[in-house]
Amino acid sequence: MSTRITIDPVTRIEGHLRIDVEVENGHVVKSWASGQMWRGIEQIVLDRDPRDAWAIVQRICGVCTTVHAIASVRAVENALQLEVPLNAQYIRNMMLAAHTLHDHIVHFYQLSALDWVDVVSATKANPVTAARFAESISDWEGNSKATMFDTQERLKTFVGSGQLGIFANGYWGHPAMKLSPEVNLMAVAHYLQALDAQRWANKIVGVLGSKTPHIQNLAVGGVSNPISTDSQSVLTIERLLEIKECIDKVGSFLHNCYFVDVAAIAASYPEWLSIGAGVEEFLSSPEFPTDTKSTQFMMEGGFLHGDNLAGFKKMSGFGDPYFTEGVAEAVTHSWYTYKNGEDQLKPWKGETTPAYTDFQDEGKYSWVKSPTFYGKPAQVGPIASVLAGLASGHEPTKLYVERLDAKVHNLSGPKLTPANLNSTVGRHAARLIRACVVYENLLANWNLLMKNIGDGDMTTFNKPTFPKGEIAGVGQVEAPRGLLSHWVVIKEGRIANYQAVVPSTWLAAPKDHEGQPASYEVALMGTPVADSERPLEPLRTIHSFDPCLACAVHLTDLENKTAVTVRAL
Amino acid sequence: MSKAIVLGIGNVLLSDEGVGVHAVKALIEQYELGKDVEVVDGGTTGMELLPDLEGADHLVVIDAIRAGQSPASVVRLEGDQVPAFFKTKISPHQVGLSDVLAALAFKGHAPAHVVLIGVQPVTLTLGMQLSPEVNAQLDAVLNLVVAELAASGHPATLRT
Repeated sequence: MSTRITIDPVTRIEGHLRIDVEVENGHVVKSWASGQMWRGIEQIVLDRDPRDAWAIVQRICGVCTTVHAIASVRAVENALQLEVPLNAQYIRNMMLAAHTLHDHIVHFYQLSALDWVDVVSATKANPVTAARFAESISDWEGNSKATMFDTQERLKTFVGSGQLGIFANGYWGHPAMKLSPEVNLMAVAHYLQALDAQRWANKIVGVLGSKTPHIQNLAVGGVSNPISTDSQSVLTIERLLEIKECIDKVGSFLHNCYFVDVAAIAASYPEWLSIGAGVEEFLSSPEFPTDTKSTQFMMEGGFLHGDNLAGFKKMSGFGDPYFTEGVAEAVTHSWYTYKNGEDQLKPWKGETTPAYTDFQDEGKYSWVKSPTFYGKPAQVGPIASVLAGLASGHEPTKLYVERLDAKVHNLSGPKLTPANLNSTVGRHAARLIRACVVYENLLANWNLLMKNIGDGDMTTFNKPTFPKGEIAGVGQVEAPRGLLSHWVVIKEGRIANYQAVVPSTWLAAPKDHEGQPASYEVALMGTPVADSERPLEPLRTIHSFDPCLACAVHLTDLENKTAVTVRAL
Repeated sequence: MSKAIVLGIGNVLLSDEGVGVHAVKALIEQYELGKDVEVVDGGTTGMELLPDLEGADHLVVIDAIRAGQSPASVVRLEGDQVPAFFKTKISPHQVGLSDVLAALAFKGHAPAHVVLIGVQPVTLTLGMQLSPEVNAQLDAVLNLVVAELAASGHPATLRT
């Protein structure tokens, strides 16, 4: 007999994703990923001035505001072939890097650690033993006995009050939870400290972007705020020094806390390095441009298959035809229709016309479209980025992969390889490695910006001019969840078409026109399920992708639904 | 001196869903606020709001809500009703805010007093403007917000 489990919503923060699985003999045998809201956001920028689009599209999503803004200006600049002053590149790079660090820290601690850490068990821990263990594996300052005692007291009050709040949806006492009460307590202490660490990262975005949550310091052609060595109203040296303090604090948390916790999870849950593999086609964008034409990058991006690093095909820069000609989207299983009935459309020709049915297992079942790269679904995200780094001989990537592998080994865990990174825990490991590399880039861009200003270059903006006739461009960003692309067509200086192909579209797509599943559905196949009423294991795999469906689809769901429904088939 | 924060949340791309953001913009334009009052356009964000909300004594949240009232009704909720209300997820960013409030509580930094001024939307269609009905309620919303501020010792004055 098989059982059908429906989980809706899946995420703790953004609730637009529904997952259905059929379980037979304790394992997933069929899977569906469904975006539950309509996306029509692109239509709102039609016929507007392309210079205004970024400020509008950054409101698409509550989590990824900064990356949508940057993708949008890059798309218009790509259409205009407009160069971006070095200072503006460095400032954008730092905003993107800090935003990424913020995202990765929040994702690991606030959004997914509770899949592995049993919070209620931590109330039974011996705080002295917890501190001794924590101090034995890291020099992190937040591991003292006093911290463990304090954390446990807070937790007991919180749990005792019956108001579990953030912890309300956890599967406490689930048989798949394996950490000791002491390790759980250490993790809860770090969960709280992560709330501070994410603040420092966010402050960097706020100071550089003039405002957070939604940044203001951006423009097609650069950034809008001038740089000055004295004036108070603009980006000053004093503010840049303030940022440096935040960068250092984030770095300390990253290397001494986040790094060690990921290693501990990998060592404690080794079987999850062979569960949860997504599709094997990996696609990433180059990122952190260091020249005005965006042809030189701190990190390479491109395409590779499986762990075949030698076969890596590198993108030459933003808008490489190898990328733009490879992407197309199908709507066979999505609640849209193409007016001429094509199997797929290229994003510049993309259409967003809704055609809702109900949830049909073999027909249409999602508001997410199905993108492919040369006819195959691709996995974007941290694994793709790390593999591209290894394939292109990127030294910091190699270094952090080796360091993490050594730490996991040190904790008696299994070996990390390019092949087993494609797994549920491997995705967390890859995200950490990526965070370390991005952190290096944040520091490097800070130094480059200070040096460039020191050399007397204060330019932050090149004025765009729009030609008569039609032009098209693509804006690429290697965003926290993976490759993000905005596609714009401009006619007589106004937006004639706009499409966003976001990371969660690549990952959470329904089956494409040829029936090929995307990464969420692939990764769920074979996942063990010990208790149908409490499907922790499928959630571990889906959460490892850092699902964020607000921009993959959109419109508010007004129904208040039960999270998990189980029925016998 | 106690600190008050007025937080407007919502998605300005979905017409009335963005009423909280429209309201805080109008508040700044129309009123002279005390120096211990901070106004935050929270947009659709979640955890990024944590530093903004830390250290507030009084928190006034303005948002579109589904409270089973007639369209364009204005509703006031207080104290424990607020986080409980946000748990019923009528829009994604509200899940984010309930998490932020819970995280603040866990850290011992929760605002002492939380009030939600909600407006029942007329439409959530794609568009950057409020419906005429909800737009006509903005003054009523601002009056309630100003009354909350005055009650917490932060009188605001209408700009002339």
